[in-house]
Amino acid sequence: MGVRQPLEGNNAVAEAMRQINPDVVAAYPITPSTEIVQTFAKFVADGLVDTNFVAVESEHSAMSACTAAAAAGGRVMNVTSANGLALMWEILYITASLRQPVVLTVVNRALSGNINIHCDHSDAMGARDAGWLQLFGEDAQEAYDNLFQAVAIAEREDVRLPVMSCLDGFLVSHSYELVEVEDDDALRDWVGPYKPRMPLLDINNPYTMGPLDLWDYYIEHKRSQWDAYPDAKQAVIEEGQRFGETFGRSYGLMECVELDDAELVVMAMGSTAGTCKDVVADLREQGVKAGLLKLRCFRPFPAPEIVEVLKGAKALAVLDRAASFGAATAPLFSETVSALYSHGVHAPALNIIYGLGGREIRPEDIVGVFDDLKAIAKSGQPSDPVKWIGVRE
Amino acid sequence: MSDRVYAKDAGWKDMVAGGYIPQAGNAEEYSVAGWRIVHPVRDDDACIDCLFCWVYCPDNAVYVENESVIGLGFDLEHCKGCGICAAVCPKDCIKMEEGSMPAEDE
Ligand code: SF4
Ligand code: SF4
Repeated sequence: MGVRQPLEGNNAVAEAMRQINPDVVAAYPITPSTEIVQTFAKFVADGLVDTNFVAVESEHSAMSACTAAAAAGGRVMNVTSANGLALMWEILYITASLRQPVVLTVVNRALSGNINIHCDHSDAMGARDAGWLQLFGEDAQEAYDNLFQAVAIAEREDVRLPVMSCLDGFLVSHSYELVEVEDDDALRDWVGPYKPRMPLLDINNPYTMGPLDLWDYYIEHKRSQWDAYPDAKQAVIEEGQRFGETFGRSYGLMECVELDDAELVVMAMGSTAGTCKDVVADLREQGVKAGLLKLRCFRPFPAPEIVEVLKGAKALAVLDRAASFGAATAPLFSETVSALYSHGVHAPALNIIYGLGGREIRPEDIVGVFDDLKAIAKSGQPSDPVKWIGVRE
Repeated sequence: MSDRVYAKDAGWKDMVAGGYIPQAGNAEEYSVAGWRIVHPVRDDDACIDCLFCWVYCPDNAVYVENESVIGLGFDLEHCKGCGICAAVCPKDCIKMEEGSMPAEDE
């Protein structure tokens, strides 16, 4: 039986890490995820976990140590934010290419410059091509639940890929919520023991990992890696259902709010989805056919599934809490519209860029987005698909 | 030499996930002869078997047996043609000659 506890998002994640009891955590603290590392280090010092905690000198070293520990055959977890994730960038690709199931909590924060410690998704979006799976939690409960699923998904024999579990910096990481904390044994049973595939410490079966790989095989290896993601998507669905069967909270690739007959749809990730839910409920009371697509799984990007739920929309707004400088539109919009276009769906679509560096997004801002949708549902695709909101002119 | 893991024309579905090679220490089987534009040739008559070339070669491409290199030549599947052996030879008896292979092998 679970116990409801008032926890900050960061504490909920640290508690989940204690319950998972990984073999190795090699971490370097950075705001706003510092508290997770700090709390977990205390669990280690107090003997509550068996984890080998490696205090490294940078995030580059942290992810290097994590990837190596996973290659050796350990269950490995790590935590970071923003510039810390950016410093891991080189190794992120290697972790995924080597198919090591490392689980990394990313407490989303704006990338410098200028220096900003508050929430946006530019850190995770910057890592979107590295080959990691990326789950976005809306609140502390989801951040907690997602971590167990992240381990289960990553370690599945048909997946063997690293997973980032993302939560919004400060908005979730430092906010107290009632979190249903499940029983240690029930969770450990649910996650199960880890059976590493081809661990380097199996000295009786030596093999070569990460060798020189040039024009003659590299592209075959990348093509083979490409093929891993449909299986990983299926694993996200199955582990989300399995979690629900045991603990009563089911998860999928996305959460659809009033989408069955929705004409005006907003799409968002992270805590903003919670704000959108309230607005959608209010608009429904006023008779507006509003809906929300909360994307939980950004990688693998569930293109056909998104098209399926968006194909009836008369107008769509995709909310990006990140910019992609020099690109025509921001990442979530680009991928969503690409999915729609390649499946023959051409609803008018607006890309909203908002919330960078922790700029607040309020219900009235979302109401404004629905007003824009009403207009473009009538007038058609706007000439400039990008609109920044919550920014002073 | 162990068997090659992948056939030369192996397709992407034949790859081991993660790009692993399910054996260890097989770099020996990977020829890098094509990386070379010059190759070393030793004048065995002038060589005094000091073994400097063998010690300094970064690619372990100088053949040695019973503490002698004379008459054994170079491993031209793995020599990169860097010329270090020629540079360190106290008798100047290694020459870097044009081409990746000696003329008769081309
Ligand atoms: S040229 Fe370089 S690689 Fe070749 S044998 Fe001499 S030292 Fe070794
Ligand atoms: S360095 Fe020159 S002299 Fe010495 S062993 Fe090599 S070839 Fe002979």
